[in-house]
Amino acid sequence: MTQTTLKRTPLYQCHVEAKARIVPFAGYEMPVQYTGVLEEHRVVRTSVGLFDVSHMGEIDVVGRRALDFVQLVTCNDASKLAVGRAQYSGLMTPRGTFVDDLLVHKVDDARYLLVVNAANKDKDYAYLCAQAAGFDGADVIDRSDDYAQIAVQGPRALETLQKLTQVNLSEIKYYRFVEGSVEKVATLIARTGYTGEDGFEVYVAPTEAPHIWHALLAAGRDAGIAPAGLGARDTLRFEACMPLYGNDIDDTTTPYEAGLGWIVKLEKGGFLGREALMRQQGAGIRRKLVGFEMVGRGIARHGHAIWSEGKKVGTVTSGTHAPTLGKALGMGYVPVELAQVGTPLEIEIRDQRVAARVVEMPFYRRARTS
Amino acid sequence: MAQPTDRMYTKTHEWVQVAGTEATVGITQYAQEQLGDVVFVELPPAGKQATRGGVLGNIESVKAVSEVFAPLAGEVVAANGELETHPELVNQDPYGKGWLVRLKASGAPADLMDAAAYERFLAEEGAH
Repeated sequence: MTQTTLKRTPLYQCHVEAKARIVPFAGYEMPVQYTGVLEEHRVVRTSVGLFDVSHMGEIDVVGRRALDFVQLVTCNDASKLAVGRAQYSGLMTPRGTFVDDLLVHKVDDARYLLVVNAANKDKDYAYLCAQAAGFDGADVIDRSDDYAQIAVQGPRALETLQKLTQVNLSEIKYYRFVEGSVEKVATLIARTGYTGEDGFEVYVAPTEAPHIWHALLAAGRDAGIAPAGLGARDTLRFEACMPLYGNDIDDTTTPYEAGLGWIVKLEKGGFLGREALMRQQGAGIRRKLVGFEMVGRGIARHGHAIWSEGKKVGTVTSGTHAPTLGKALGMGYVPVELAQVGTPLEIEIRDQRVAARVVEMPFYRRARTS
Repeated sequence: MAQPTDRMYTKTHEWVQVAGTEATVGITQYAQEQLGDVVFVELPPAGKQATRGGVLGNIESVKAVSEVFAPLAGEVVAANGELETHPELVNQDPYGKGWLVRLKASGAPADLMDAAAYERFLAEEGAH
């Protein structure tokens, strides 16, 4: 780790008061856990948990040609977005690989709010600025310091947040957002998340964040609300097979290889990486991100080698003990001929090869009630 | 917190309790707190020769893997089989039911601290 000054989110003091264990992450001092990863994971799956995700980057694309610019740099089709809708997409290199994965929110015709990974924010902003330099009619603005972000996640997230707002939350469908007040504070409320549960992400001015945080904890008390750290955030997103940039996707992997072909809209017109992705779609992918479960005893971790019939065939991108499912699972890239469910693999864990087999993804899917 | 005074401690946060030629080894309260929720414990089979300071096993929490080092040399007599199905015992009772292995000591322990010295060591490390 380089010795740079770590930033703190507006909720840092809340975490210290809650006796969180604080770790450096993406240039911030972030809570990795409060009481324990397993308990925080369970609370989010069964009731409601609260995450400080203020470290995430917010970047505005504004101007009369904002849409054209978003279309140029991302692979999904932002022209399909109505005002108040969000879209999962990829910021693409000309090679069709990921600069980052992101959420694109259409705020109005002349403003798209991009929410990007904390660890990539500076890189993304520089990349977007470089693209915008030769582009007339759109400006890129880093708004990250203007927003704190609180994720309220779990089956009881709606009833908890509803206590603090006049907005009828049940009318906000998945991947939609509204501007509205929470505790009389102006916010943007999006029905999005990174846990595999129902929930909301609330964007608010940094100075107002501690008040909202405490109000949410009070509103969720009867439901057994608990703050949850980065540790639980990772195990929750892992079970839901939501990719983590830097692990499961990066600038060497394409959406097709990552099983994210649904976010590539080749027919929408020109965009960065389109030619490379067209070629790959035509030729077919050679490797694919698969999920596997351990058959032998052991836990696969990021970076472990994947073997098949005496040959090293790939690398584990994410792996851990999945708390809700109670087993050791992993993800990794393997040649497509080894990607079928049931295919036996071996994971090299501390010089030993341990049996595993390919399973369906996602590992966990919540029962949808609405 | 106070450490049990009936055993000795290493700088790598294992404890060892010697009775005759047999030594029981585990990790300390501080070590389990640092690890977080333990979900997998990998221990050596009986009969394996452990060297002092060598890797005795691995403890995995949700987030991380941590090695356990042998406080003294000896042959593994038993590993705590209950941890296969209940790894959380390492968190819940690190000085009791969360013990890891029993060794038949073949060498004298060295560089071990008593409870008071271990507590000073933790304080110097800035651990509370």
